[in-house]
Amino acid sequence: MPLDREELLHAYRVMKTIRVFEERVHDEFATGEIEGFVHLYAGEEASAAGVMANLTRDDRIASTHRGHGHCIAKGVDVRGMMAEIYGRTTGVCHGKGGSMHIADLDEGMMGANGIVGGGPPLICGAALAAKVKGTRNVGVAFVGDGASNQGTTFESLNLATVWNLPAVFVAENNGYAEATSSRYSVGADSIADRAAGFGMPSVSVDGHDFFAVYEAAGEAISRARDGGGPSFVECRVNRYFGHFEGDAQTYRGPNEVEDLRANRDCIDLFRVAVTTSGDIAQADLDGIDSDVDTLIDSAVDEARSAPRPGANDLLTDVYVSY
Amino acid sequence: MARTITYQQAINEALDQEMGNDPSVILMGEDIVGGSGADGEMDAWGGPLGITKGLYPKYGDRVMDTPITESAFIGAAVGAAASGLRPVAELMFSDFMGVCFDQIYNQAAKFRYMFGGKAETPVVIRTMYGAGIRAAAQHSQSPYSIFTHVPGLKVVVPSNPYDAKGLLIQAIRDNDPVICFEHKSLYQTEGEVPEELYTLPFGEANVVREGGDVTIIALGLMVHRSLEAAETLAADGIECEVIDPRTTSPLDDETILESVESTGRVVIVDEASPRCSMATDISALIARDAFGSLEAPIQMVTPPHTPVPFAGSLEDLYVPDATKIETAVRQVAGYSR
Repeated sequence: MPLDREELLHAYRVMKTIRVFEERVHDEFATGEIEGFVHLYAGEEASAAGVMANLTRDDRIASTHRGHGHCIAKGVDVRGMMAEIYGRTTGVCHGKGGSMHIADLDEGMMGANGIVGGGPPLICGAALAAKVKGTRNVGVAFVGDGASNQGTTFESLNLATVWNLPAVFVAENNGYAEATSSRYSVGADSIADRAAGFGMPSVSVDGHDFFAVYEAAGEAISRARDGGGPSFVECRVNRYFGHFEGDAQTYRGPNEVEDLRANRDCIDLFRVAVTTSGDIAQADLDGIDSDVDTLIDSAVDEARSAPRPGANDLLTDVYVSY
Repeated sequence: MARTITYQQAINEALDQEMGNDPSVILMGEDIVGGSGADGEMDAWGGPLGITKGLYPKYGDRVMDTPITESAFIGAAVGAAASGLRPVAELMFSDFMGVCFDQIYNQAAKFRYMFGGKAETPVVIRTMYGAGIRAAAQHSQSPYSIFTHVPGLKVVVPSNPYDAKGLLIQAIRDNDPVICFEHKSLYQTEGEVPEELYTLPFGEANVVREGGDVTIIALGLMVHRSLEAAETLAADGIECEVIDPRTTSPLDDETILESVESTGRVVIVDEASPRCSMATDISALIARDAFGSLEAPIQMVTPPHTPVPFAGSLEDLYVPDATKIETAVRQVAGYSR
């Protein structure tokens, strides 16, 4: 195993926290208590956990509309996230951002994003700042197969190479840009192959396999940290829920999600890997499951009972009132 | 024959009938079909709210899903328009204008004038705007004034199903680029709409309600909020004239000025940010051309100058409502020098 026992337990805890968080948000959204647009990350946990296992708190990431998993893996407070999704003052953005805009710069998380392709240019800036300041930090931009088609992404890949930035671009290809298959929308056989056109190395990995993501991202992040410039990592993943909560997903094949859950679940695969290797006992993982359930329960309870922002909050954190 | 349908159905019908009428009309946009390349159903979405549903089965390849690549497909619509087609591009949320602004602002808007009249760009961009559904800062804005500011563009903000259909067909037939701002909270509202094809001319305001005391000028969803306020005020003997300009470019200044000349008191209701807005633009128009008629300072009811907040408790404070409109009307109605 490339990671020690504590690191493996942490990776499992991250993935499990994301899963339970997302399943719970899905359930609570259905009750009507959570409002707005919510895009869930369940099914893709190994990608966030595998990449973030290589980052420090001071490294920066830019996320997407499907950002909860990236936040949790980067270390954003889970209770503050839940409160944000509930639109409460105790939320990480004091209820002003919501699910699609969760951000915590203190944790190096530059925000989920409502604009597809909004993140890559920002991460060029974060990487530039690290380079100018000489910190050895890196910036990681997450995009989906959808944003892999955006001009902002292509321009950022080029700029990162031109400036030799400590940046890594992670394309989480879950097969669908909203309701449109990447088989239709991506005009290349492989998203990873596109990076060659911008002069950077790339790799495509099975994003259900935590260890494959960990190693591929690790190589790319080390290269960036060592001044070797940007890289591109494609993680082939699947999402369990719709584009947004409320999406009936009639565009998906029959039993597509059921098959994925039964046969390609990243958390199940991780459990099998670490228990059959003898590194971790089932009981340790079960203990984490129990901790996570308690954490998410209390996060929801706290969010529900937290105050909603009011008139005094409307005009704060903006440079001018008019 | 007119019958009652929704704003959403009126838009779908306008697209359907004009596609049937004119083979040069094509549609493009993100998930306006839905399911392209996937294993499940085609026409799975018809756009995220189902506005274009049923058009792909009927018109096939003339209804195209696009990758998420707003600059490219909005630009392609502009280029196709300058090359003989009449494309209607759907930009899912008007906030995404930020991604493709150049193709509208520097390209489409400029062609006819800059090329000495040798180019026509009959492109239509339909886009969803407005706050109120907890969609947060990047999916809730009302940027119609930004485009009204740009010479060469025409801008439509329909407030009801009848206007939505007639103005959209006019937009498709118009030889200039037109942006149609559709309020996301209006799609399910109902109204009488003729079955047949018809157009409504641009630059003709609709006097939605007549009244001699105060003129309210409002667009889109705000027309409904203003009517609500007007009902309450009427019970107290304050009669409001509610004017819906329907298009911000061109703007029917005559109807606005005529009303102001008769009431002398004005409230402008605008869901967009307050600075450099339709509210300030119309206010300036009135100050310049109807100054002598004014009996009270012009009041503007707008959101505060902040991004749109996510939390419901904040968004409800942010968006102008009937109570705020009512308060503003009472202020101008009660003003004396």
